[in-house]
Amino acid sequence: MSWLWPVDASAYADHVDLLLGGFTVLIVALSAPVFILMAVFAVKYRRGRVADRRHPVDNSVGLETSWALIPFILLLGFYVWATWLFVDLHRTPADALEIDVVAKQWMWKFQHPGGQREINTLHVPVGTPVTLRMASQDVIHSLFIPALRIKQDVVPGRYTTLSFTADRPGTWHLACAEFCGVDHSVMGGSFVTMTPDDYAAWLRTADTDATLAEAGAALFRSHGCSGCHGPSATVHAPPLEGLYGRPVPLEGGEVVTADAQYIRDSILLPRSQIAAGYPPIMPTFANQLGEEDVLRLVAYIQSLADARPEDRP
Amino acid sequence: MSTTAEPPAETEEERVSYFRSGTSLRSWLLTTDHKRIAILYLLSITFFFFVGGLAAALVRADLMTPAPDLMTNEGYNRAFSLHGIIMVWFFLIPSIPNTFGNFLIPLMIGARDVAFPRLNLLSWYIYMAGGLFALATLVLGGVDTGWTFYTPLSSMYANGSVVLVATAVFVTGFSSILTGLNFIVTIHKLRCPGMTWGRLPLFIWSHYATSIILVLATPVLAITLALIAAERLFGLGVFNPALGGDPLLFQHLFWFYSHPAVYIMVLPALGVISELVAASARKPVFGYEFVAGSSIAIAVIGFLVWGHHMFVSGQSVYASAIFSFLSLVVAVPSGIKVYNWTATLWKGHIALDPPFLFAMGFIGLFVVGGLTGLVLTMLAVDVHVHDTYFVVAHFHYIMVGGTVSAFFGALHFWWPKITGRLYPLAWGRVAALLIFIGFNLTFFPQFLLGYMGMPRRYHVYPPEFQVLNVLSSSGAGVLGAAYLLPFVYLLWSLRNGAPAGPNPWGATGLEWTVASPPPEHNFAEIPEVTRPPYDYEIERHDA
Repeated sequence: MSWLWPVDASAYADHVDLLLGGFTVLIVALSAPVFILMAVFAVKYRRGRVADRRHPVDNSVGLETSWALIPFILLLGFYVWATWLFVDLHRTPADALEIDVVAKQWMWKFQHPGGQREINTLHVPVGTPVTLRMASQDVIHSLFIPALRIKQDVVPGRYTTLSFTADRPGTWHLACAEFCGVDHSVMGGSFVTMTPDDYAAWLRTADTDATLAEAGAALFRSHGCSGCHGPSATVHAPPLEGLYGRPVPLEGGEVVTADAQYIRDSILLPRSQIAAGYPPIMPTFANQLGEEDVLRLVAYIQSLADARPEDRP
Repeated sequence: MSTTAEPPAETEEERVSYFRSGTSLRSWLLTTDHKRIAILYLLSITFFFFVGGLAAALVRADLMTPAPDLMTNEGYNRAFSLHGIIMVWFFLIPSIPNTFGNFLIPLMIGARDVAFPRLNLLSWYIYMAGGLFALATLVLGGVDTGWTFYTPLSSMYANGSVVLVATAVFVTGFSSILTGLNFIVTIHKLRCPGMTWGRLPLFIWSHYATSIILVLATPVLAITLALIAAERLFGLGVFNPALGGDPLLFQHLFWFYSHPAVYIMVLPALGVISELVAASARKPVFGYEFVAGSSIAIAVIGFLVWGHHMFVSGQSVYASAIFSFLSLVVAVPSGIKVYNWTATLWKGHIALDPPFLFAMGFIGLFVVGGLTGLVLTMLAVDVHVHDTYFVVAHFHYIMVGGTVSAFFGALHFWWPKITGRLYPLAWGRVAALLIFIGFNLTFFPQFLLGYMGMPRRYHVYPPEFQVLNVLSSSGAGVLGAAYLLPFVYLLWSLRNGAPAGPNPWGATGLEWTVASPPPEHNFAEIPEVTRPPYDYEIERHDA
């Protein structure tokens, strides 16, 4: 491994390198006149040395304007490029493989859709868009994959996402970039990119008894969620079939989308957003469910996105 | 300069100077003379510079190898947290304004003191009280939050004396506010006849801009720290989501202060450099109005860019795009200054004395620091280098390469004025050169480390980063020695230096019209200014 330039594992990483390379050329061009002229003047106009020092006394507004505006306009070109790339990074591909990430002091936990779990190592297939849905169990962490030139803070209380498509198989670093306490510097591990076949083989060997959604369904029953939201419920609670991704009218007249964040908040902070027409009787599960369990429940409710209440088993 | 002769006797100027207006400890501790208060600050910030420097030395020594050596992970975290907290609030923020600003502002505008001399002394006592809290934190084992106190780590999870150190910073903030207020009123009300706004030295303009930030931004920090203490002590849910708070709210509040605080640290340095460049080239500063106006522009726009610290925090993409744009805008006035300094040298009479060498070192390092700041405003690049050593290198180029170089430049330029004695110029040149070399050796490798992907605040790191870390730590050794060098010959000069006379550099400015060291009340008669700033005789002959 080179000790001067980072390895890269995606076309996006190449693009960031190209952007940085181009930008470096620009900033060298903007600063070179300063460095060269300062050195030349220091020699040429050294005190005591004979030189032609005649010059007009008036300062030039034209000169001031041009050295304020020309660099700025050149920078704007790169601003557009960098912002476009950044917006692109934040576009979540529709067909992405979703992997859940839970950060806690001081480890990374990953849950694949099939229920496979791993700690401090993340396996992904190359050539497939991947979206990480990330939650923190305690403080702010930041998932940093240098080979992809990406990172995203993992913030307690909200889901953040990170999307990428790796295109080179290999084993790379994965690190925590946001200072998170005592063992921050050892909160890292490996990011393994594999061919789709190898990834499928790895999924089969990884130990699992249930998919993420199935594990969520089990939690749904064991924590009594089905008592109110299930088919035989006696209380008036919103059905969860066909909910995910749909608009939800709230008590106050606002309409929100039932995304993962909404599901999470409804489980942990049920009083924060009350669905219109339902009494605010849902208790919080903040003291019973960790972020990993909540993500399983989210996966379960997400799996019901295309179901209808009458399809209930 | 003779080395064998007897030290020069006390001069007549020294006998009647501010320095001899009282010799007892009481005369120093109860002084209201802005020059003596400046000396009190100089001694105190030098002390804290060494405390913070020692913490940095521990950090760099431990990073010589990838494995933990000297310290535990906890100890390492406490060392870099202490380094940041001490250096930011107890050295960098008060460094130039409270020493050179205090000493020079009244002299430069033709006043006998600042507007509120007793408030000025109170300001020092408040600073020292804050400093004692900081030292108490150190004695009690320190904190492991970093200087940024991100929540909920600081408010709920960290083990150290968070409330105590927050109190230290909270208290010392009042010193900043009072000093800023004092400077604003002084510059408005105490300018001597003829000292119009258009004739103010650029040092004054930049201190005026700094004071505005000190007064407007510091209260936000105080509020933020008080909220952390309230959450930590009483469980008031402000930042911790488990209590219904929002951790990103903390970051918005913190950077609303701390980004302008970067300009608190660097604007006074920019003012120093304008003085040094003009005096070294014996020429008026090119584009005076633009250089003066750019200080105010930096202070104002600096309040609108805090979100560029949060590009990967989960902040909205649109907010990031706007903050990125505004961060490019704030670079324009800094660029204007650098180009104008270069133009000032054009057709000047340049003396390669220590003040000039420090100024050149400053400009070089400030340009690298500023341009790498632009790299960080590029959103897609920031996503990669955010929270890596690239950022560490960038802000050390500004804070240390910039502000500390300017501090040493100011020390070498005004030392003869402050003490009345000359120091050996050759040693000053050696120190300027060594600081420049040591600095680049320490911090340039960190840009590469950052792009390679080494996160900041890492005690343990992958072995492939070792070569660059060893380079950086070796540079830190050179830099540390280079910082000690001036203390040797400057202290030597106090007794053995030749008397400086009122104006050893042949500079313009009212401070050079009074004796060195200045008399207790600065001006026997309040001067009247009839000429534009930097009105060098030599310049007029050439025109």
